[in-house]
Amino acid sequence: MNWKTFGALLARDAHVARRNGFQLILQTFLQPLMFVFIFGRVMVQSGYMPQQYKSLLLPGIMAISMIFTGVWAVAMPVIAEFQFTKEIEDRLLAPIENSWLAVEKIIAGMVQALIAGLVVIPLAWLLLRPVELDINPLGFAAVTLLVALFSAAGGLALGCSVNQQHIGLMFSMVLTPMIFFGCTYYPWSALKSFPILQKVVLINPLVYASEGLRATLVPKFPHLSNIAVFVALLFFDLLLVFIGLRRFESKSVS
Amino acid sequence: MSFLRPTAQEQFGRLYFRPGAQNLMAVGIRTVDLRKVYNSPPPMAAGTGFGPRGNAKGSKQPKGQVAALDGLALEVTPGEIFGLLGPNGAGKSTTVGVLTTRVRPTSGEAWIGDYDVWKQQVAVKRLIGVVPQRPNLDFSLTAHEILAFHGAYFGQGSKERSQRSAALLEKFKLTDRANQMVRGFSGGMMQRLSIARAMMHDPQVLFLDEPSAGLDPQTRILLWEIIREYNQAGRTVLLTTHNMEEADALCQRLAIVDHGRVIAKGTPLELKASIPGGYLLRLRFGKQPELLLQRLQSLNGVREVRSADGAGTDVYADRGGSLIPEIASLAATSGAELNDVHISEPSLENLFLHHTGRSLRD
Repeated sequence: MNWKTFGALLARDAHVARRNGFQLILQTFLQPLMFVFIFGRVMVQSGYMPQQYKSLLLPGIMAISMIFTGVWAVAMPVIAEFQFTKEIEDRLLAPIENSWLAVEKIIAGMVQALIAGLVVIPLAWLLLRPVELDINPLGFAAVTLLVALFSAAGGLALGCSVNQQHIGLMFSMVLTPMIFFGCTYYPWSALKSFPILQKVVLINPLVYASEGLRATLVPKFPHLSNIAVFVALLFFDLLLVFIGLRRFESKSVS
Repeated sequence: MSFLRPTAQEQFGRLYFRPGAQNLMAVGIRTVDLRKVYNSPPPMAAGTGFGPRGNAKGSKQPKGQVAALDGLALEVTPGEIFGLLGPNGAGKSTTVGVLTTRVRPTSGEAWIGDYDVWKQQVAVKRLIGVVPQRPNLDFSLTAHEILAFHGAYFGQGSKERSQRSAALLEKFKLTDRANQMVRGFSGGMMQRLSIARAMMHDPQVLFLDEPSAGLDPQTRILLWEIIREYNQAGRTVLLTTHNMEEADALCQRLAIVDHGRVIAKGTPLELKASIPGGYLLRLRFGKQPELLLQRLQSLNGVREVRSADGAGTDVYADRGGSLIPEIASLAATSGAELNDVHISEPSLENLFLHHTGRSLRD
């Protein structure tokens, strides 16, 4: 392992992210904030939604922002750099094993996902005031880290598996169903009148992200048990890191 | 001393020589029985033009498989400029890919100095610099940043990075573009920056895949000059080309590659001397009776006569233009009309034609 090279690879990604900062901010926050505004403020204030829906919504929006940011931050550059511009080749020739470049991509994606998740909280809080949070700091930190890792590793696995022509398909076939069936806008227990669906959505890792954040931010709402959340998130993390690294390795050499 | 033109080593001492043991000895390249079979069409990075060749007669590959390298053996002496010459799809880029850790060989060995490319990749990556066939510059960065980050990947400190980056941009006449994003660069500018980037970490072995493709003649000459200087500083250079002139002018030794094999190697002079006679006369007759071919063979100075299907005939001979009247009168007495004549002097193009029956430009 060559830390200087690894550091330089991270510095490159940080530099590019800073350069595209404004665009990244719009991309990350515009959609969740509009959602928070419509569902958390307009619908609640006009009486279509109960007051407490605001607190229920916040963890879900945070999960969406993190997943979307992490996947996007890793998958999009990987797709472009491998297929179209080939610009990743210069970094593949840096004196470090190819898989460390993949690890670097995951870490850069995690950092962006964490920033996205953590910025949503104060923004949503400002927009939704008053919103009741009962934060469990340790649990919250652990869940956000696990969610960030799974979003970035998932981005790597997707980015290495999807063709440039299929980016649109990736979003409509993978991310959109994940978000709608990810217990982001409702707690998992709300699905109890759809017993089959309630079982099926358990294969969706986003369910554990939303439920885990709900458990550590607003525990008064029904949520999956902490153990189930941690075990599932850990499982998805390991699985996606494994798949992502494997796919990256095979893609980086022809 | 000061009034003399500086030698290459003095001129580039600052740019190419860093304190360290690595500079003491140049590094060679060796491949043993290298094979590469693609199961799907090879990616762009590994060259182009493989298309129909995979189904050439005699191919034992199942459908869809393409043998890009078929037992390629090379030996590049430390400190020389070595050229791989061949048409598109001959396997040049795949060879470079294998030697630069980008294409995994199906079998065989590839060595850079004492390192096995596919067992000690990181050590090999430290020794090599690569200029790809298609520019693969980092589109999110400016020209200066591309060089600086490349230096950082190789562990250079920030002062060293900016000095080297400035020197290389100057050398490749890109100083005024240093702080522009490369997205808007012309093809030639991208190519120059790619070469500067490959030299940024002062590699012992420099690979250039079709380095002068897309460069205007002036820039091409500048590039040749830079490659020669780099070589004189004790570095090994391997370049691929399908340009005869470039191979002839630049390379100390050459290997001619076709269908993934080396079909001839030596210095440009040796190779050219191996063409029978040296001159090639490409003739085209209205029709060509067998008798005419036999008579051509018996002309004074003719070494070899080859007739392709149709009306084309290649005559290898010791002399060129002075043969034409004799050929014309032979054709007249044989009842064949001489429609077209093309005379070429001894060249690598003729050599390639002689070995493969095809022109390099085909």
